[in-house]
Amino acid sequence: MHFVPHTEAEVAEMLAALGLASVEQLFDVVPAALRLAGGLDMADGLAEADVAGRFDAYAAANRPVGADLVCFAGAGAYDHDMPSVVNRLAYRSEFVTAYTPYQPEVAQGVLQALFEYQTLVCRLFGTDVANASLYDGASACVEAVNLAVAATGRPEVWISRGVHPHWRQVMTTMAVGTGHHLTDIALDDGLTSWPESGLPGAILVQSPNYLGCLEDVGAAGELARRLGALLIVAADPVSAGLLISPGSLGADVVVGEGQPFGAPLSLGGPYLGLFACRREHVRRLPGRLVGETVDTGGRRAYVTTLRTREQDIRREKASSNVCTNQTLMAVAFLVHLAWLGTSGLRELALRCARGTRYTREALLVIDGVEPLAGAPTLREFAVRTPLAADILVDRMADEGFLAGVALGEEYGGGLLVAVTEKRTKAEIDAYVVAFEKVVR
Amino acid sequence: MTGGAPGGRATSAPLMGRDAEPTLFELSSPGRVAANFRATGLPEWTAEDLVPAAHLRNEPTPVAEVSERDLVAHMTRLSHRQFSVDLGAYPLGSCTMKYNPKLCDDAVARAGLADVHPAAPPRLTQGWMALFADLEEALCRITGMAAATLQPPAGAAGELTGLLLMRAFHGAAGEDGRRRRVLIPDSAHGTNPASVTLGGYAVTQVPSDDRGCVDLDALVARLDDDVAGIMLTNPNTLGLFEEDIVAIAGAVHEVGGLLYYDGANLNAILGVTRPGDMGFDIVHMNLHKTFAVPHGGGGPGAGPVAVTERLSPFLPGPRPVRTDRGPSGPSSGLQGAYEWVEPERSIGRIHSWHGNALALARAWSYILANGGDGLRKVSDAAVLNANWLRHRLRGAYDIPFDRPCMHEFVASATNLKRDRGVRALDVAKRLLEEGFHAPTTYFPLVVEEALMIEPTETESPQTLAAMADALLRIAGDTAEDARNAPRTSPVGRVDEARAARQLIPTWDARPAEGGSPPIGPQGLSEQRF
Repeated sequence: MHFVPHTEAEVAEMLAALGLASVEQLFDVVPAALRLAGGLDMADGLAEADVAGRFDAYAAANRPVGADLVCFAGAGAYDHDMPSVVNRLAYRSEFVTAYTPYQPEVAQGVLQALFEYQTLVCRLFGTDVANASLYDGASACVEAVNLAVAATGRPEVWISRGVHPHWRQVMTTMAVGTGHHLTDIALDDGLTSWPESGLPGAILVQSPNYLGCLEDVGAAGELARRLGALLIVAADPVSAGLLISPGSLGADVVVGEGQPFGAPLSLGGPYLGLFACRREHVRRLPGRLVGETVDTGGRRAYVTTLRTREQDIRREKASSNVCTNQTLMAVAFLVHLAWLGTSGLRELALRCARGTRYTREALLVIDGVEPLAGAPTLREFAVRTPLAADILVDRMADEGFLAGVALGEEYGGGLLVAVTEKRTKAEIDAYVVAFEKVVR
Repeated sequence: MTGGAPGGRATSAPLMGRDAEPTLFELSSPGRVAANFRATGLPEWTAEDLVPAAHLRNEPTPVAEVSERDLVAHMTRLSHRQFSVDLGAYPLGSCTMKYNPKLCDDAVARAGLADVHPAAPPRLTQGWMALFADLEEALCRITGMAAATLQPPAGAAGELTGLLLMRAFHGAAGEDGRRRRVLIPDSAHGTNPASVTLGGYAVTQVPSDDRGCVDLDALVARLDDDVAGIMLTNPNTLGLFEEDIVAIAGAVHEVGGLLYYDGANLNAILGVTRPGDMGFDIVHMNLHKTFAVPHGGGGPGAGPVAVTERLSPFLPGPRPVRTDRGPSGPSSGLQGAYEWVEPERSIGRIHSWHGNALALARAWSYILANGGDGLRKVSDAAVLNANWLRHRLRGAYDIPFDRPCMHEFVASATNLKRDRGVRALDVAKRLLEEGFHAPTTYFPLVVEEALMIEPTETESPQTLAAMADALLRIAGDTAEDARNAPRTSPVGRVDEARAARQLIPTWDARPAEGGSPPIGPQGLSEQRF
C-alpha cells in the first residue's frame, strides 16, 4: 500500500501541464549509469493488517516487563506507572504531527507546552533556565561538558565513575571530535573520591549516582569553585521530589534523563535529555529555548529565542549542532509531572524510597548477599551476590522477574536493583523468595 | 485543476476566542491534587526515615497543583492552538512534511515493544533485535550501502557520527593528523558545518555555479590530500540533482577523501538511484523526513548512518547481529538468534542505549507498508508535485534556477520586495492565513528572500492547486496587507526582539513588577474569525 493520493487521470493532467509524456521523464536529469534498473530489490508493500501481523510477531519475541516479568531493573530506565492522561494528551495528533515551531503564530500550542516544561525542569533542579530538550541523559552530559570547556577555556574534565557508564562512553566517543580530555574519577565505597588539585574546566558528578548512592554535591561544588571549574550535576527527576536541588548546592549546569516521566521503557528510546543551567551561561545554552513575549496586539505569546546560538545561524561557529530534539517526549514529561503535581512528586519519590529500603533490607538477609557500597541510597542500590549477576538475572527471568542490571568490571561486578512506586510488598516478597532460591 | 476540494487547506479550523491560554501555574490552586497511587502494603516510612538530613529538602519541590480535568482541558486547548500535518499542508523545503500514517502509530503501541527494558538480557529482546536487523537491511538496500547504525537519534547526530567514522577510518590509515579539512557546499544546511566543527575538522566552503550546483572546478581547486572528505546532499538544497556527482566522487576519492551523503533530500530518489551507486561512503537518513516518523513538534526523530563495507568495522556498537543458531524465544516465525556485537574497531556509543527505538520501529512499519513499489511511487509523486507547483508559480515569483527540479524548489520574493516591499517573511505569514503552513524561508543562503517549497507526495493535486492560487494571490498583495498577516491565527506576529532582550525562559523568571503580559488582547480593534 502507499499514501500517494493521485489518480492516473490526475497524473496525466499534471504531466500535460508540464509538457511531459511520462513520469519517467521527471528523472531525465539523473544519469543513466546511476539509474536503478528494475527498482528497489525489496518486497512489495503490505496491507495495514499484514504490517500489524509482522509487528505482532516482533512483539511476541520480546518479553516486556509486566505481571510475567516483574521489573527490578533500573540503570537509567525505570518502570514507573504512567497515568492515562499522558497518552491521551501528549499523543494528540496536533502535537505528534506538528513541525518545529518556527512560525510562532500557528505554533503556540507546542511553544507554550515547552515553556511550561522548561519551567518544571528549572523547579526540579533549582536552576534559572532550561532548554527545550536534548536526546537523552548522555547527550545532555556531552553538551554540558562542551559548555563548561567553552566557558572556562580549559579542555580537561573530571567525570565521576558514578556517572552512568553508557553516558561516559558517549562522552568519550564525542571527545575524539572536540579534543577534550576526560579523566575518570574513582569511587570509594560508592562515592566519588575527588583529587584535591588540578585545572579541570568542569567536574561532573551524578547524584543519585549509577550505584544509587547519594553524593556530596555541596562538597563537589566547593571543590569546583576552589579550582575555578564549573560544577555539572547529573540529577534524577524523581529523586528531585525529596533531595535538596543541585542548583541550590552550586551547580552551574544540571543535566539528567527524563524517561521516568512520560517515556515507556521502549528498549531505551526515545528518551529525554534534561538540560538546565544558571542564567550567566544562557548564551552558551545548547539547543532550542522558548521565551515569553507579546504579539502585535499586546497579547502574551511564546517564541523560540536567543536563536543566534543555534546551528542554522552560527553554522561552523555554533557550539552545538542540535536541531531536531525530543520535543514530544518533553510534552509527555510535562503532562506526567503536571498530573503528579507538587504533592504527587514528593509522594512518588517517597514510595520509590520505601520500596527500595524494604527490598534492600530483605535481600541483605540472604546468605551471601552484601551491600556493594556503604553510602546511603534512595531509589536504587547495588549488591554483591554469591552467583554471578548475569547468571542470576537469567535464572530470575525464568522465575518471572527482571532481577536487576549486572554491573560491569569497573564496579567489580554485582547487581544493581531499582524499586519504583509500582512494586507492591507482595511482589517484593516474591522477588526475595525467588532470589534466595536462585542463589542457594 | 478538476476534482474535489483541497484536502490540505486548513481555513475551516475553528477557534474559540482570541485570548492566550493560561499557563499550568495560573491554573493551579493550592492543595489541588490529580495524582493517585496504588496500594502497596509497604511500611509507611517517612522522608526523615529514608533520607539523611544532609540531603533532604525542607520544602516540597514546586511543580503545579491542577485537577486532572483542568490539565486535560489545558493541553487540549493548547493542541487547538497548533498547526500540524494532520490539519493541513506544510510545504517546508528540506523537511519532507508528508502524511504520518496512523498504522505506524499503532505498530508501536504494543506492550511487547514499548515495555521492554533496554538492559534486559538479549534472549528477552529478540523481537527488537530482529526488527532492528530488518530495518538496517532495508535501509541499506534503499541507499545501496553495506551496513548501518541505528543509534543516532537525529540527523545532526548522524552527521557527527559520520564525521567521527571519517576520523576513525583515516586514523586507522595513520592519516588523521594530516586530513583536517571537510568540504561543504555554500548551500549546505547549518547542521553540516556545525557538525564538522564538533568533529574536530575545519570547514572549506565550495561555491555553487550558475546552474545552482557544486562548481566542479572550484571543488577540484580545493582538493588536496589534507581533505578528510566532502559532505553533500543530492539533490541539493535547491532541489537540483548534482549532475557531476560521479566526477565529484572520483575527484574526492582520488585524493583519498571520503564522501558523506546528507540524506535530508532522499525523498526525491527512492527507487530511482542510490547514494551508494553515486559513490558515497557514508550516508545518513532522516527517518522523520523520508520515512514518515512524525515530527512531534521538533522530535524525536532518528538519523541512522549507513556505510560501505570498508567502513563497517568502525560503526558504533553494540549492533544486533544474527548468529544463525536457530530460532529463539516464543514461537513467532522469526529465524535465528541475535546477539549484541561490538564492531571490531567501533568508534563507541553514540546514544545511551540503542537510539530512538520506537521511532525506528515506526519507520520500519512505513517501509513495510510501502514496499519497494510504494517507495518508488513516493519519489514519482514528490517530484511531480514539486514541478507542477514550480511551473504554476513561475512568472509571479522569481525562480532563480528555473529548470526541472526534483522534490523541492526554491523561489524568491526578490521581485516582490523590489516592486512592492513584500518580503519572503510576509509571503510566509500570508500563507498561514490561507490555511497552509509557510514554506522554509531564508534558506538556502545562496538565494535572496528564499522560499524553499517541498509539497511532498501526500498532498493531492487539489491541495496543490489551492496552494498555488493562494501564492499567486499573495504575489499581488500590497505591502500593507502582507505586513499585517497573519490576522486569523491565535496570535499575531510576535516581538522576537523583546523575547531576546527581556529573556523570560520560565514562568518563575517573569519580572516581579507588572508580572506577565495580559492573556487577552489589549486595544485590538478588530478580530477576524
